Amino acid sequence: MGGRGRETAPAKPDAATLVADECTQDLVAIELCDITKVFPGVRANDCVTFSVRKGEVHCLLGENGAGKSTLMNVLAGIYMPEEGRIRVGGSEVCIACPRDSIDLGIGMVHQHSSLIPNFTVLENLLLGQGKGVRLSVTEATQGLSRLSDLLGVEVDPSTVVSQLSLGQQQQVEIIKALWQGSKVLVLDEPTSMLTPKGIEDLEQVLVRLKGEGLAVVFITHKLHEAFTIGDRVSVLRQGRLVGTIEPDTMRASTPRQLQQMVVNLMFPGEAESLANVAELQDLSDVVGSGCVGRLGEPLLELEDVTVAAERGEVGIGEKLSLTLHAGEVLGIAGVDGNGQRPLAEAIAGQRRVSGGDIRLAGKSIRKLSIGARQRLGLRYVTDDRLGEGIVGRLSVAVNMVSKSIGSPPFWTRGRTHPERIEANAKTLVDEYHIMTPSVETQAGSLSGGNIQKVVLARELSFGPKVVVFNKPTYGLDVKTTTAVRSRIRQLADGGKSGALVISTDLEELLALSDRVAVLSRGRLMGIVSNKPGAEQEIGALMIGGTHVD
Amino acid sequence: MDSIMSADFLAAVIAGAIMASMPLLFAALGETISEQAGVLNLGLEGMMLAGGYAGFVLAYWSGSSWVGLLAAILAGIAVSLLMVVFSVRMGRDQIVVGIAILFAMQGLTSLLHQVQFGESYPRLGEAAMLSIPGLRDIPVLGILFNQPAVVYIGVALIIIVGWIFLKTNFGLNIRAAGWKPVALDNAGVDVIKIRTIAVLVTGALAGLGGGYMAVVTAGIFVPFMTHGQGFIAIVIAMLARGRSTWVLIGSLLFGTALSIADGLQLVGIEVSTDIVNMLPFVFVLLALVLFGRQSYLPAALCIPFERGKR
Amino acid sequence: MIDTATEQALPADAVEAPALWRRWTSGFWRHAAPVVYGLIAGGVLLLILGKNPVGFYWTTLESGLLTWGGLMQTIIRLAPLLLMSAGFIVAFQAGLWNIGGDGQFLMAAALVGGLGSYMVDAMPYGLALVLLCVMGFVIGGVWTIVPSFLKAYYNMNEIITSLMMAYLGINLANLLIKGPLLTTTSFVPQTNVIPFDYLLPYLPGTKIHIGIIIALVVLAAIHYMQTRTGYGLRLRILGANPKAAVHAGINVKRDIMTAFALSGALIGLAAAVEILGVWGYVRADWNPAFGMSLFAIVFLAGLNVMVVIPFVFFFAVIQIGGHEAARQAGLPNDFLLLLIGLVLFFMVLTEWAREKGWPRMGRKTVATVSEVRAEEAVDNG
Repeated sequence: MGGRGRETAPAKPDAATLVADECTQDLVAIELCDITKVFPGVRANDCVTFSVRKGEVHCLLGENGAGKSTLMNVLAGIYMPEEGRIRVGGSEVCIACPRDSIDLGIGMVHQHSSLIPNFTVLENLLLGQGKGVRLSVTEATQGLSRLSDLLGVEVDPSTVVSQLSLGQQQQVEIIKALWQGSKVLVLDEPTSMLTPKGIEDLEQVLVRLKGEGLAVVFITHKLHEAFTIGDRVSVLRQGRLVGTIEPDTMRASTPRQLQQMVVNLMFPGEAESLANVAELQDLSDVVGSGCVGRLGEPLLELEDVTVAAERGEVGIGEKLSLTLHAGEVLGIAGVDGNGQRPLAEAIAGQRRVSGGDIRLAGKSIRKLSIGARQRLGLRYVTDDRLGEGIVGRLSVAVNMVSKSIGSPPFWTRGRTHPERIEANAKTLVDEYHIMTPSVETQAGSLSGGNIQKVVLARELSFGPKVVVFNKPTYGLDVKTTTAVRSRIRQLADGGKSGALVISTDLEELLALSDRVAVLSRGRLMGIVSNKPGAEQEIGALMIGGTHVD
Repeated sequence: MDSIMSADFLAAVIAGAIMASMPLLFAALGETISEQAGVLNLGLEGMMLAGGYAGFVLAYWSGSSWVGLLAAILAGIAVSLLMVVFSVRMGRDQIVVGIAILFAMQGLTSLLHQVQFGESYPRLGEAAMLSIPGLRDIPVLGILFNQPAVVYIGVALIIIVGWIFLKTNFGLNIRAAGWKPVALDNAGVDVIKIRTIAVLVTGALAGLGGGYMAVVTAGIFVPFMTHGQGFIAIVIAMLARGRSTWVLIGSLLFGTALSIADGLQLVGIEVSTDIVNMLPFVFVLLALVLFGRQSYLPAALCIPFERGKR
Repeated sequence: MIDTATEQALPADAVEAPALWRRWTSGFWRHAAPVVYGLIAGGVLLLILGKNPVGFYWTTLESGLLTWGGLMQTIIRLAPLLLMSAGFIVAFQAGLWNIGGDGQFLMAAALVGGLGSYMVDAMPYGLALVLLCVMGFVIGGVWTIVPSFLKAYYNMNEIITSLMMAYLGINLANLLIKGPLLTTTSFVPQTNVIPFDYLLPYLPGTKIHIGIIIALVVLAAIHYMQTRTGYGLRLRILGANPKAAVHAGINVKRDIMTAFALSGALIGLAAAVEILGVWGYVRADWNPAFGMSLFAIVFLAGLNVMVVIPFVFFFAVIQIGGHEAARQAGLPNDFLLLLIGLVLFFMVLTEWAREKGWPRMGRKTVATVSEVRAEEAVDNG
């Protein structure tokens, strides 16, 4: 990525250290000193010191759960830290609520959308902005067109947000953040919703904003993004800031060296054992690594399937056909919200298809209920773990059998056998290395990674034929991610079952799948065999290219 | 016996409908505001009773229906403070708190009434009417222009609330608090404050509705006199989807259903009170079955807000 | 969240559990505290109104519990109250707000009372009683069909629909009593009277009808259903997380309909037991309105059919004794409603305080006890 070096703070290498220090002091936009934030049972931030200068992009890198979002939420006034100070423009400030943060010129794009889907773009931008009684519509429209020009995007202010594409929604979020905070812009995992093309656009926007003298904090858990986008990179691990790579070092090192540095910071002593984790590697290394090449008989066949969209989402608008074979991992790539969930829920039976047929091992299951499909060996690992994957208030043991209520051996003639349920849970807890105080613990009190393991344990036991995984590693730490991925691969490598893996993480699909299908705006754009060069093809398909395989 | 279509009959029905629909209108308008802000106020009926009782007592002592109505508003606000403290501030279950308010107010107003008046039920004088010269002489429809002054306030409120929702920052904040409080909070607006104001306004309007019922319509307070109207108002608010004109239409419809018996009696048709009492509820169920599928409630309704809750 | 959270949580849970009786008493206090606070607040209010709260509560206790007649009255009242509570608990646990209990109760009561005299004439009286109980059960269930259908198929808020059905039911019951079910022998608007000898039999040596036995058996059955059957677990999942219920492949529509119907049916059975055990007929405009006030009770009991028994007993004492106390004090019966409202407020208040970890005293005591034990163990060892 060009221009990384050019826009950095002009601290001249030949200047005296003293001068450079003064110079940087002037240029520091915000400074977080010794921030400590404690949640029950976990120190999310432990004495973290972090700063960002005007006209630079400072990447905050760390795996899921390292405390990146917590740190930035402290800055946004959402959490009050137990300890620590915040300085803006050199003077100490107190940020007690989001209003304080906005008044200090800090704009934030949160990981989860802050837009209200049934409001128009203009209404979303006006939220919290108005000074008087009446909505200042004309002013806002002018402001919007000014910022749209700056970002080089075009948005109709009267469109309802839910009708925008996710990329456009994010542009609106950035506009809103800039509106609120003219000095510092914080982007929390902004690329998870974007196509490769969208990410490039975002990079250009950031370059432009740096040029305007804005300080940008860019949060990510992906190494290569940090290197391409950031001028400076800081690494968080288990709530502690473990190191910062200064712009000078960044320029002086090769990508390989940088990567080694960061991996050592993120996983001290474990770098060796984690060498195979896709996230830590260059794309070229992982492509094709999952490909086995031999396909068994067809297990799951979708023929001309269409799924109606529910309010404010993209359905499967065009007839979609694909086949999953025994022994195969079929990846479904695409940016979130392009019809993945409707597709997965239609296969699982949680929604009706509006057209076409779904066959499991040759038998049509289109009209079967969710339960009936489950009994035929079709399992669905949902992406909404807390919302529908588990019942948080019930115990781990019960959650592990919640999909086989009423059936033996746990129930006979409708009667519960608690001892069998408990024994089953104990076996699975050991097998899947689930960290839980006991099998009677409420499932909702476990960490995200352990909850996902509980879900996996439930879905993968009792010999499934086809498992649909929807974003199976989303939000998990690297270790759990590795464990989940090897489970998926194991399932298919057994040769009797197939896995359909929906993911927004292209690296993951390239590491896991035999073939990758691309979904865009509810349309199947094409299916690519996982071979070297697949990445480029997939990228092209995502933005609407055509492909014949 | 007069014909069903006679002018007298129509005028009586219209007058009765307006009379009966005003309490619904005030309460439903209030409920609309708090629902849009994400607070389901099941204690509405309790607030109406409190307003009715306070309004009656103050009107009785002072001899002025205006003093009574003001007291009704204040009583409604006082009761809605319970909702604010328990549901909005402490984040307790809105349904449980609403039911608690209902019981407490039913019990309290009945108790206070008994202690104060024993078994006697004193009456108030007629409320002040506001006639519009000229217009009031139009046949049949003239009745529209010879109404208690509060009626015109009600109509004005419909317009004002509609304007607030569509054209003001405050209205935008209220809707955001009901649909996605996190977004509102991130935008630097205090969600708790917005919800607090919304619930207090609801209390004021419900109190006014109850006060109207006791002071203007009946001129008397009887324990449990609201008889489920608070819940009808909640249904109206749900069906209105935050649009104040639909609150007006819904209230008039149910008001007509409540008052139709008087009109029928006027033309000599006797209907069992049980059937008459059933009418509005049959209406509600029909309305729900016919239109309910399209009614949608704010996404964050009934969900307490706490910043940064994990 | 990172895994360290659970790792750190482990030792805390490994702390020695307090003795069973301690858990029991603290559990009881957790449920009972709001009642005590509510009674105190009600007492203060009585004081303000110039009544003697101690006298009021004493009269309540005396005439509801401490006299044989009062105690029998209380136990008789317990039967319908327990059945209704069970009905509410079944629905609430499944996440269904059946607010329309009074409509279900009165519809069942009117039909059981109205047809009862004909039934006992037409067949052996034992059979007639059984059939009448079944009839109450069925009618109560049928009266939930509209709200549960709308909930299951159109996801329509059942609070509103069941409440509307309640108002409808109350008025329709009246209409039936004044119309087709009107007595032929009296000028009072009421149903025919079932002869006294044909009502539910008494328990030996008392004037308590066997309704209480029916209620306790039904409660035990419901408890078994909830804790030891697949159906019970399905309803719990439905109540705790409806989306998870769909995801788990539970037939949510069917379970909503059956749970709602079971809830109404138990309330209908309560009506049948009350009519067949106590009254033998139904008067027009009769509405004991048990339903609404029992909400508070089932919440206090944490939606547990076993825990609810002492609470309902206490409530019955207040109902029976409070009636007499209110009469003596010159207060309306509705004072009880106010008490229930107050108790509910204190319930949410104590719940909030617990979440905030507010009464640290209690926890400290437990910790100290286990520390003392540990020291003892060291001394002994």
